[in-house]
Formats: sequence, C-alpha cells, structure tokens
Amino acid sequence: MGEMQELSTFWFVTVAAVKVVAVFTVVMGVVAYMTLAERRVSAFIQDRLGPNRVGPFGLLQPIADGIKNIIKEETMPGTAAKFYFVLGPALAIMPAVVTIAVIPFAAPLPTPVGTVDMVVADVPIGILYILALSSLAVYGIVLSGWASNNKYAFLGGLRASAQMISYEVALGLSVIAVLLLVGNVTLTETVWKQQQLGMWFVFPLSLAFVFFLISALAETNRLPFDMPEAESELITGYHTEYSAMKFSMFFIAEYAHVVTASALLATLFFGGWDIPFWTGDDMFRHESGWIRGFDEAGAPIPATPSVLITLLTLGAFCAKTGFFLLLYIWIRWTLPRFRYDQVMHLGWKVLLPGALGYVMLVAGTMLVLDQLEVPFGPVYGGVLTAVSGVTTLAFLLFVDRDRVIAGAHRKRNLARRRAGLPAEAGDPAVSS
Amino acid sequence: MAISVKVMRRPEAGRTSYMRATLKGMSLTFKHLVRPTKVTLEYPEEQPDLHPRWRGTHRMEVHADGRPKCVACGLCPTVCPANCIRLVGGEDDQGNRYPIVYEIDEFRCIFCGMCQEVCPVEAIHVGRHFENAEYTRDRFVYDLDRLMEQDHPTTLLWDPSDPRSE
Repeated sequence: MGEMQELSTFWFVTVAAVKVVAVFTVVMGVVAYMTLAERRVSAFIQDRLGPNRVGPFGLLQPIADGIKNIIKEETMPGTAAKFYFVLGPALAIMPAVVTIAVIPFAAPLPTPVGTVDMVVADVPIGILYILALSSLAVYGIVLSGWASNNKYAFLGGLRASAQMISYEVALGLSVIAVLLLVGNVTLTETVWKQQQLGMWFVFPLSLAFVFFLISALAETNRLPFDMPEAESELITGYHTEYSAMKFSMFFIAEYAHVVTASALLATLFFGGWDIPFWTGDDMFRHESGWIRGFDEAGAPIPATPSVLITLLTLGAFCAKTGFFLLLYIWIRWTLPRFRYDQVMHLGWKVLLPGALGYVMLVAGTMLVLDQLEVPFGPVYGGVLTAVSGVTTLAFLLFVDRDRVIAGAHRKRNLARRRAGLPAEAGDPAVSS
Repeated sequence: MAISVKVMRRPEAGRTSYMRATLKGMSLTFKHLVRPTKVTLEYPEEQPDLHPRWRGTHRMEVHADGRPKCVACGLCPTVCPANCIRLVGGEDDQGNRYPIVYEIDEFRCIFCGMCQEVCPVEAIHVGRHFENAEYTRDRFVYDLDRLMEQDHPTTLLWDPSDPRSE
C-alpha cells in the first residue's frame, strides 16, 4: 500500500462537506453536554447531585434548556444600539465554532474513494488561523457590551478587550516555542513531529505548556479569569442585557472556545491523536504516500492507513480533549476569581517576559543541539526536557511566593522589610 | 471605640504560597468530586426524616365510634395567637358538648402547637406532616371532617424531663 490514492475533486468536495457537518454537529453536541457536565461536576464537587431529573442521569437536560431558551421572550433594551446589539452575539459565536476546523482529530481514514484526512481543513497556516480567528471573538464581546448601553455591560466589554489582548500575547509567545520545535505551523505536522520525537511536547516544552494553559484559561474568559463576567462586580458583564437565545449564543460561544482550547492543548502538547508508546499509528503525508517514519538510511517507511487505527486514534484524541474539558471545569470550581490588577500583573509582568525568555531559551538550546548535529529523537527531546524542567520548576517556585498577586500594602511592607524598616504601623496585614 | 474592627490576620508578605495552595485546593475539590456520599435529598422519592416534635398540618383525634374527641371547651381558639381557629360549640340530649363548627385556617396558623398543648382531652393535634399544597385558597381552611380524616403521626409534646427529646 503506502501509495496515496488522491481524492477526485468531486469526492474532495463531498467529503469536505460531510466533515464540516459532522465536526460542527459533534462540537455543538459536546458544547451542549459541557453545560450539563459543568453543572453536574460542580454539584459533585460541592457534595450535591446536580440536575438529574430530565432523562436518565439528567442527560436530556441540555435539550430542555435549549427548548426553554428558544421559546423565551427576547428582551431588547430601549436605549440599546439595536443593530450592534443583535450583531454582538453573532460575532461572538462565529469565531468560536470555526476555529476547530484546523485541528486534526484522528489518523487518516481509508475509503473506497481515497484516503481522507481526519481534519476539516488542513490549511497551511494552521495555528495562525486559530490565533487570528480566536482573537476576533473579542469584537463580539466588546460590541455587545457597548451596544447594551449599560454601565456594567460596558465595563465587562472593556475588561474583555484588555484581558484578551494581554493574554493573546502570552498565548502567541508560548505557541512560538512549539513552532520552533515543529518548524511549521500546520497542526498535522505538529502531531507528526511529536510522534517523531518519541515524546509529547508537554515534556520538552513544559513551561510553554504552563503558559499556554494559563493564557487559554484567560482567553476563554473562564474562572479564575472571568473578569468580563464577574457576577459579584458586574452582574454578568457584557451579556447583562441579553436574554433567551441571544444569551445562549454567548454561552455556546464560551463553551465552544473551551472545546477548541482543550483540543488545541491536546494537539500542541499532548500529541493530538497520537497513541502513546505505540509507533503503529504514526502517519504523515510525505511526498507521494503515507509514511510511518524514516529508516537509518533516511528512506521513508510506508504506513498503511486503516479504519481500526483511525478509530483508536479518534478515541485517544477524545480522551485527551475530554481530560482538558474536565480540567477546565475542575479549575473553575476550585479557584476564586483574580482581582483585575492581578490579572493584568500576571499577564504583562510575569507571563510576557517569562514567555519571551523561554522562547529565547528554547531557541538557544535547539541551536546548540543542531550545531552538535543531535538527531531529532529521544536524545534531542531529553535535553530539552531537562532544560525546560529546570526552568519550569524555577518559574513555579517564583510564582509560588506572593510577588504576583499580593495586595499593594503587602508589597509595600515587603519592600520595607527588605530595606530593614519596621512594618507600617496600624496596617491590618501585618502579623507575626 | 464605638465600632469594633475585626482585624484579619494574614500571612506576612513574601511568606505565602500560591502554587502549593492551588494544588491543595485542586486535590480537595477532587476528593469531593469522587466522594460517594452527597447531601442532596431526592425529595419526592426520598422523604425527609421529620423530627418527633415537628409541628405541621393539624388533625383531630376521634373516638372509636367516629365522633370527634373535641368537647368544644373553647380553650384552643382562646390560646391561639394567630386567631385561626373558629369554634361553635353545641350540646346533645345527654348534655355532652361537641363542636358544631370547627375550622382551622392553615394559612393564618403559625404552627406554634399551643392548641395541642392546651387541649384538655387531647383532641386537636399538630402533626408531623407538611405536604398540604392545594390548587385554591379556600381549600386551606380545614373543616372538622377534613381534620378528622387526617391520618399522619401527631407531634410529640415537649417533655420537661427530657428537654431535648432524646
């Protein structure tokens, strides 16, 4: 086998359409059940049971919620800018559902009409497409916050813009480390390189993973970074004035972002659809056929796509993405919300310089390894793992102290203590 | 000082942990996530354990021949702080007093249980029962027949020798 059977134009279009519909449906289904999972998991964490009345184990709850949201009354604030008010939710949901298109979710599937890539669109710009489109989501939020003509909604929109721009920087910089190691921006190649390296990028690029995880939390406006919503301060921020299905749109957008971020975390740092400790699933489009790798002479070893491998890798991808979805919920119901200045501090003064420095470190290490002509394999990854591991530990020790999120008076007293002065009198924060 | 100020004792600057505290919190929430015992009472299927001294819907005790035990002495309408009991007493040929009208407005009732305490013949009781929803307001005025029909357990009176009902 090995020879690649190209799809004819007709089948290419047909298969692409089928993939679009299938992936969209699955993502929407996952989003619907994320809302249920969120409620059930939060309930379990709080020793409650959660919604378990509609259908077995409450499994029909998302359908009931959907029907409710569709038949509810849509309110329109009298002083809202109507056009933009309606445009806001549409702008918010659109980028959220299209970003998933470039993420490969399984090994190629052999069909009678040719071998089909298990990715909706294997575009050459890959991750740049995701970065570009996910940043667009903030327009929907800012626009709806402004168009609502409501102080709290407006403040929510402002916070969203500040926060998403801040963390976009750290997110992009943490991805650069991955791009350096892959040497390309397509996500299919990211998966392939992780298979070639023999380890997932979470090990050689552990600090990039930490940065990406934190930035992704902030980008999706999830707790502990849900500044734009912040119920206790801003009612619900930018969607305060929205009701019924327009509110649902924001909700779906948020969860679609979470699904995309989880899938991206799995793809960039946890090998995508790769099954660990098994090279039988390694597969990549190379010149004229599918290859498993290169032998010692550098000749390609052909690979045989099969339905079984596709299903197994699909399972692996779903398991990894599911883990991150659960992690998102788990973090949300554990950590309290940051203060606004803490969010900004963490983004600009910790993550940005940290990610910049880390990119330099990875680039330097790779330069040394390439100069020593170390082959791209376990040794190469091992050296990077050691370097990154030390850096990650140092970073975590740094943020473990309260330099990042201490209040102003505590920082002032810390400075005074370092200077050998006594703590400020009457400051309630001082205790022995 | 007129107003007392509560001073929060916080750890000194530079002496606190965030990564470790976060991990600790995550492990704590995970323990609760997988803990099988939950506090939720799945109400319609599971019934709450009502305390022996729970005071709810009234009931009127009856004699073996079906007559109410009430002798229309008038103590319960007198003692009732919410004024929710309407009693019109009568007397039969043998000179036995009995209630002609006995109504309790469950909306006005504050479930203090004083009617049960004051009753000399242990006729009116408050009961260990709370599921008395109705579709119309007038159904909440319980007449004598309805009070006699009730069959839920009655409330235990407070016993001074066992003040905590143990």
